[in-house]
Amino acid sequence: MFRGFLVKTISFVGYTVQYGCIAHCAFEYVGEFVSCSGPSMEPTITNHDVVFSERVSRNLCRIQKGDIVIAKSPFDPKMNICKRVMGLEGDKVCTSGPSDIFKTHTYVPRGHVWLEGDNLRNSTDSRSYGPIPYALIRGRVCLKVMRIQSHFLTYILPQRPNHKLFEFELLPFYVVFFQEFFFSSIKQNK
Amino acid sequence: MAQTGFGRRYFKAFVSGFFVAVPVTVTVLDRLAYVARVEGASMQPSLNPDGGSSPDVVLLNRWSVRNYQVHRGDIVSVLSPKDPQQKIIKRVIGIEGDFIKTLGYKNRYVRVPDGHLWIEGDHHGHSFDSNTFGPVSLGLVHGRASHIIWPPSRWQRIEPSVPPERRPLLNWEGATEDGYDD
Repeated sequence: MFRGFLVKTISFVGYTVQYGCIAHCAFEYVGEFVSCSGPSMEPTITNHDVVFSERVSRNLCRIQKGDIVIAKSPFDPKMNICKRVMGLEGDKVCTSGPSDIFKTHTYVPRGHVWLEGDNLRNSTDSRSYGPIPYALIRGRVCLKVMRIQSHFLTYILPQRPNHKLFEFELLPFYVVFFQEFFFSSIKQNK
Repeated sequence: MAQTGFGRRYFKAFVSGFFVAVPVTVTVLDRLAYVARVEGASMQPSLNPDGGSSPDVVLLNRWSVRNYQVHRGDIVSVLSPKDPQQKIIKRVIGIEGDFIKTLGYKNRYVRVPDGHLWIEGDHHGHSFDSNTFGPVSLGLVHGRASHIIWPPSRWQRIEPSVPPERRPLLNWEGATEDGYDD
């Protein structure tokens, strides 16, 4: 009886490790859900919106001008920023504000991108801290999740700015969306 | 009939093994440890003392940098700010708040901004490091080199040490002092 219990525990741990690794690969190489906060991307993305950012374009170096990207903040690597790419390497970007008389321009150095928020009046972006290295970009925002009044999607998100939903906090989504695949495969294996 | 049955069982075993082995390997390489060969002479004599004839292979600890805790003297691998697909391996000379005297940078004295590092190769003059492109963001740190694992004659644990002539001059804690930004 003890041996049966031990075998069950070991197989449970094995399945957890395996599905955790598959989840990690999905979040690192396919895409992840991110909760955005702050007014810097209004009206495109408003406060507390959940967006889906895909990682494939970033890994293949296919981020283009006009894409909305999630990037690590250059001054705090644990915070993420969500901005639009306004200049790639070699582009000429305007650094002066709309109220300045003399327009100043700068060229984006090699390996860097120039980010700006859509809400230009209320956004700290490359106009204040300069271009950021391309390698800080995490993913490209491609979808916005709409709130639907069902019991899946009214999950309350923690109130932290530009917080990346860590994999285990996504467990309700994960279970709901993939349960027919994974739980049925466990039943088949038994 | 027996042969097609055996082929199908083999195929199923291969596929299920594949879906276990590849994600686990990828997760281990991303989160725990990474092995990399050092190329170039920018870290001589600590790494690659013989040059191109027998390059060192180092073990990069990715678990210890998951919270971006890096100390002075560590040898770290960072994603290059000039080429996002290349990794460079250098020694951390200054962390955020340090006041550094540079070797060939556009400003002679630099205060390392918050969330940034100052990295330099041990072979000054033959190194593409912060003296060329300035402080690097902590988000670019990839891993900390902890051991040299090849060639076997050079098995050793890499100890963090800052060359005495490259110690920071001063250190201001926190983000309040801003007078010496470049």
